[in-house]
Parts: sequence; structure tokens; C-alpha cells
Amino acid sequence: MATKSKGAQRFKKMSMSPKEYQSFAKTKEPPRSIFANCVKAFVVGGAICVLGQAIQELFVHLMGMSNEQASNPTVAVLILLSVILTSLGVYDKLAQWAGAGSAVPVTGFANSMCSAALEHRSEGLVLGVGGNMFKLAGAVIVYGTVAAFFVGIVHLILGTGGQ
Amino acid sequence: MLRGKQSWWFEKRPVIIGEATVVGPDEGNGPLAADFDLVHPELDMQQKSWEKAERLLLEQASEFAIQNARIDRGQVQYYVGGDLMNQIISNSFAARSLGVPYIGVFGACSTSMETLALASLIVNSGSGSHVLAGTCSHNCTAEKQFRYPTEYGSQKPPTAQYTVTGAGAAVVAAEGEGPVVECATIGKIVDLGIKDPFNMGAAMAPAAVDTIQAHFNDTGRSPGDYDLIVTGDLAGVGHPIAKDLLLQNNVPMNDTVFGDCGLMVYDVEKQKVQAGGSGCACSAVVTYGHLLKRVKKGELNRILVVATGALLSPLSYQQGESIPCIAHAVAISAGKE
Repeated sequence: MATKSKGAQRFKKMSMSPKEYQSFAKTKEPPRSIFANCVKAFVVGGAICVLGQAIQELFVHLMGMSNEQASNPTVAVLILLSVILTSLGVYDKLAQWAGAGSAVPVTGFANSMCSAALEHRSEGLVLGVGGNMFKLAGAVIVYGTVAAFFVGIVHLILGTGGQ
Repeated sequence: MLRGKQSWWFEKRPVIIGEATVVGPDEGNGPLAADFDLVHPELDMQQKSWEKAERLLLEQASEFAIQNARIDRGQVQYYVGGDLMNQIISNSFAARSLGVPYIGVFGACSTSMETLALASLIVNSGSGSHVLAGTCSHNCTAEKQFRYPTEYGSQKPPTAQYTVTGAGAAVVAAEGEGPVVECATIGKIVDLGIKDPFNMGAAMAPAAVDTIQAHFNDTGRSPGDYDLIVTGDLAGVGHPIAKDLLLQNNVPMNDTVFGDCGLMVYDVEKQKVQAGGSGCACSAVVTYGHLLKRVKKGELNRILVVATGALLSPLSYQQGESIPCIAHAVAISAGKE
């Protein structure tokens, strides 16, 4: 095949090294306000906790439970609310605004499991829902358990925790 | 025929005789809504899975493109297609319904122009007289495969992009009425070490720059020869970077209009799409839906579409690899000398 090349190499090649480019690209990222994000997370996270407290008070005052007895059903109600909001497609939109505020409470944990279960329903109940439900939540459980183990050891050494 | 180092010159002047685009609800709420052949009001398109919905988009776009070309399906000799899914399943399944000889390619979001270039090459070489090129993407399949479940509440950074739900297909023919595919430049992988999968615009910008410069070096053309040059999906972060790099390299980009499909497909100010659109369908629906209409109306005489692709996988970025990127450019003209 004949090659016809007009005015080859009229424009110079990229002169930036990868390091230079990465720092150049960094300067082009739109700023992300940490302060505004913290405030939003505080407000939403706090609101979820206030709601939890209100539910607990209802169990204590209307159903005559002790504070300790009321804590499990309270968590269950929050999980149920989170699952409903996730299924309605609302929770992810709230999370885009709230950030850590909706991720940290128990509702965020429920959302991670419910969203994975919904997403993988098309692959069947066992391999789809069963196999993927802990896709995101699994890491929380693993490292939660590992962290609890080390905290337990620290308590043992200091003689503080336990009975 | 080969021109320069990495460009194909189509001297037989293959013609896009018919094209079609099908999109989802967010694109239907965007500024280009009127240009698409079909807008689905729901993301699931009454299918049982996101993957089936994506496949449906491509099947419909191919069907409409063949109708718009006023040919029979039996006249299509080859179908060249690709998408973002693992093993490009959307295309393989759509090609099963289409029932024509099929060449599957993977170029991530650069697939739109990769398939158009290959289809034009087949026609130009006389290996086919009617070749269909197509691609598709779906916001939810991409989220599911590359990121998190669609309903998972994670906050996306402002550099993230929103995968376009849609499909675009075009019939390239040896003869007929329509915009002419003049030449194509096939890109090299460029990887400057960006590792953040939520900042693909910045990762892909150098690939676009490399291909645009190679195109001008190979063809002897300049930005001023084009009424419009668009990148595929660099969006709000990547596109200004690409422009800066080109100007730094003394490419006179101010002689033309330099745009980006990812910034055209949505109203970036009003729609919640972070930096803008992305995905295989992004450049496909903007080019086949919007730009070719403008070329046919005579508003644009010659355009260069530089589709950009981030060739990462969930596995590669979790293993800490950077993002290899590519861009393919195709020059399309009104065909009237």
C-alpha cells in the first residue's frame, strides 16, 4: 500500500510526564467542600438518630418496654424504613446529598444489603440474591469483627471490659 | 488506504445512508431530546433485567437504522458492534436477533467511532456494500458492573460521570445519499497514570489529544478544516484539560468549535449527572442523533468525532492499576464538494 504523508509531525508530542500530568489534572478537579459535606452529614445522620430515638420512645411509652427491650425493635423499624426507601429508589438520591450522613447509621447498612439484593435478583435467588447480598456489607462485618477482636484484647490487657 | 502513521483515507467515500438512536428517560429530558428516534420513559423498558433493557435499545436502534436506510435486513452484510458489558453480551445477543455476520469489538466508550471506522474500512475495501455499525450502553448495567448496585447510597464526586442510556447504529454503504465518512484515525493506548475510576475524563483527555494530533499530522488537515470537533465523553473535567493540552502543543483549536458529547447530551447545570455524560452510547447518540442531522441540514459541513474510551475493568482498578485510555477519530462531511 502506498503511503502518502503530508506535513508529518507538525504538532509536538505530549511533553508532560505522568507525574506532571497527574498534578496538572488534580488542579482541574472541581473543588469539593469538606465543610458543607460535614454539615450535611451531621444534619442527616443526626436526623436519622433523632428518628431512631423517637421510635424507641414510642416503644417504651406505648408498648411498656424497657429501654433495653426497645432497642432491637427500634433497629428493625429503621432497617425496614431504609429498605422501603431503597426499594422506592429514594435512598441513593438522599445519599448523594447527605454523604456519610446516610451511610454511617444502620440505615446505610440496610441499604447496602437491600440494593445488592435488588440488583442481583435477575441472577436468581441463590447465586444472585444470596451470593451478592453481602457484596458490600460483607466487608463491614469482616472488619467490624476484626476490630471487635482487637478491642477485646485491649480490654483484656487493661482489665477494663467484660465482667 | 493508509495515510500517515495511523489513519485510513476512504477514497471510495463510503456513505452513512441511515442511522438511528434510541435513548432512556434522562437523555429524553436533555437538550437533544427531539433528535432521537425513540425515547423510553422508563429505565427498565419493561424488561426483566438491566442487561435485557440494554440489549433492547441496541436491537431497536439497529432496526430503525436499517429502516431509515431504506434497505432490507437481508442486505446488511456485516454488523460491527461493541459495548461495555463483560464479553460484550449486549452486542452478541442483539446480533443473534439481527442474524447477520457479526464482528464484535471492544473499545469501551470509543466503540462508536471504532465500529464506524471499521464499517467504513470494510465498505471502502469493497468487502461489503452495506455494513451496520452500532453500540449501546445503559446507566444501570454500567453502574452494576463497574461501580455499585444502582440503589446503593454512595456519594459520587463531582468528577464522576453519568453513563448514557441509549444506543446508536448507522448503515455505511458504498453508494447512496447521506453524510460521507472521509477518513479515520485509530488511536494508541495512552496512560498517564490516573487511577481514579471516578475521574475518567482526566484519564482519557491525553488519549484524545494524542489521536487529534495524530489525525492532523497524518492527514495534513488543521482544526480550521472542521466546523466542529467533538470528543466522546471527556465531560466537564476532561474536556477543558484536553483543550489546554492541545493549545499548549500549539494546535490552533480556536480555529474551530471544540465540543464534547458528554456535555451536549445532558443539561449539566440542571440534570444530576456530575461532570456530564459517558458510556458507549454517549458519542453514538450525539453523533448519529444530533450531529448528522446538522450535517444533513447544511449547518455543519465537516466534523471530526473523537470517541474516547477508558479501557479499565473493575478487576484492574481494584488491583491498583491505572486506566489505559484510547480515542478513535472519524471525519464526516456533508459530501457535497
